[in-house]
Amino acid sequence: MSEWLENHLPKVVLAPSFIAVLIFVYGFIGWTAWVSLTRSKLLPKYEIKGFIQYERLFDSPRWDTAINNLYIFGALFIVIAMVLGLLLAILLDQKIRAEGAIRTIYLYPMALSMIVTGTAWKWILNPGLGIESMVQGWGFPNFEFDWLVNPDYAIYTIVMAAIWQSSGFVMALFLAGLRSVDGEIIKAAQVDGIPTWRIYTAIIIPSMAPIFLSAFIVLAHLAIKSFDLVIALTGGGPGYATDLPATYMYAMAFSRGDIGQAASSAMIMMLVVFAIVVPYLYSELRAKND
Amino acid sequence: MTDLSMPQSQSQTRTQSAAGKIALRWLLYVLLGLFALYYLMPLFVMVTTSLKSLEEIRTGSLISLPREVSFDAWKTAWSGACTGIQCEGLRPYFWNSVLIAVPAVAISTLLGALNGYVVAQWRFKGANIIFSLMLFGCFIPFQVVLLPMARLLGMMGIAGTIPGLIFVHVIYGLGFTTLFFRNYYVTIPAELTKAARVDGAGFLRIFWSIFLPLSLPIVVVTVIWQFTQIWNDFLFGVSFSQAGTQPVTVALNNIVNSTTGVKEYNVDMAAAIIAGLPTLLVYVVAGKYFIRGLTAGSVKG
Repeated sequence: MSEWLENHLPKVVLAPSFIAVLIFVYGFIGWTAWVSLTRSKLLPKYEIKGFIQYERLFDSPRWDTAINNLYIFGALFIVIAMVLGLLLAILLDQKIRAEGAIRTIYLYPMALSMIVTGTAWKWILNPGLGIESMVQGWGFPNFEFDWLVNPDYAIYTIVMAAIWQSSGFVMALFLAGLRSVDGEIIKAAQVDGIPTWRIYTAIIIPSMAPIFLSAFIVLAHLAIKSFDLVIALTGGGPGYATDLPATYMYAMAFSRGDIGQAASSAMIMMLVVFAIVVPYLYSELRAKND
Repeated sequence: MTDLSMPQSQSQTRTQSAAGKIALRWLLYVLLGLFALYYLMPLFVMVTTSLKSLEEIRTGSLISLPREVSFDAWKTAWSGACTGIQCEGLRPYFWNSVLIAVPAVAISTLLGALNGYVVAQWRFKGANIIFSLMLFGCFIPFQVVLLPMARLLGMMGIAGTIPGLIFVHVIYGLGFTTLFFRNYYVTIPAELTKAARVDGAGFLRIFWSIFLPLSLPIVVVTVIWQFTQIWNDFLFGVSFSQAGTQPVTVALNNIVNSTTGVKEYNVDMAAAIIAGLPTLLVYVVAGKYFIRGLTAGSVKG
């Protein structure tokens, strides 16, 4: 008996966690997928009715807004955070003084909750008392900056706050990448008299392709899951102008009592993440096993 | 003539390029400084606003220093601000977050260490598939499990309770903690385990006497990662809590968005700083480990 236990102990130790993941990740995904195919409203029903919820979803102007916002937010957030992160990393990589302190300053927003970030930016962007009134006080009385409460521009305030929060992290990724480039090649290029900017564009940046991919995956993943920041900064408003899929799902699940819509929107989010993450994970894991 | 002019022009270009280099260095530091200001500005505004009176906030500028420093807003934020109908400030919710985070971090870290040890050192058939399946759990958007989890917590009778939130955080933290320890233990040669087994040490003995003592750095990374995740969580907190068991992030959001009475921006800012302080402190004290966790969680994922 004890010998059996000793031989199987590794499996016995791993089993509870694995079973938990099977139930609470895969089982629950299955449950949500099932319910997304029913007519569930306030309470879940289990009779399959086809893709009726998805049809409702794609007919809904609010979901349409949420998806459009995800495109705008995702594209701007990913591109700007990566460009800014790369720029900061290159600036920091010039053998500068006080690098540690500057790095700490660039990265600290990542330690904050999105709710804290949203609260701070909500105040800064407050049309009556924030940046707008500050610039007006500087002698530009006609200066207007009401994006936070402007349905056409509110989504960009979320981009601004999200970039502030995450660009330092992208910087850290790229800085680690820059440091891992083979120093000998750079030295050889310098000896040959190749200008610094050419060294960056022709040698260093191309060799960091895997880091670009990682940064993209992380940022895309953050963008799709974005929820807290929207809630804290705009509450999804004005109206539902800044809804993202995550806030749409939450509203359907917990305030509208429309479980079918909540489940189908969650499944769409899941599929988007799936499409981005699975090929990446697959290639990573395969590379490791080789 | 030509003999003389050659070195002269050379030294001229040399001083020119040296001046250019110094100008470039200056530009570099100015840029770095401007970016530092950009990142620090919101924190600066939060701190100064929290120290101003409402009167000064209405009349003064966003970035001006407070004329009179007052800690009244901090007092209100801690013990008097209203989160809906209750007006007890952040204090009870701050402790809720502590009560959620401490056990959830401890349990998920311990389980992650054991799991990582098994996956990395006791490879059995299917271990890699199990690990891959667990790893994928890290990446799902949690929206996809919210509805069934809400029902399950209700069936278990722990809906809206702190144990319920601990349970949720442990479950969905397991993937990352296992990943961290697995990637750390994989670098320890398998011969070590084999030699220990030849000497008659068992599975738990080897973990306890060989692996755990080696694990301090990864324990620190994992604890910081989990603590930051759980402390900053909002989605689970807002979905699975009720009045009285809400974590600090939910309470902060309620204070900021409560519509009753005069909008007290200084209290909002003080509350935001209080809610952010624990993770900020962890970052300042153990930034190295914080960054290691971030990059390990993303790059090696």
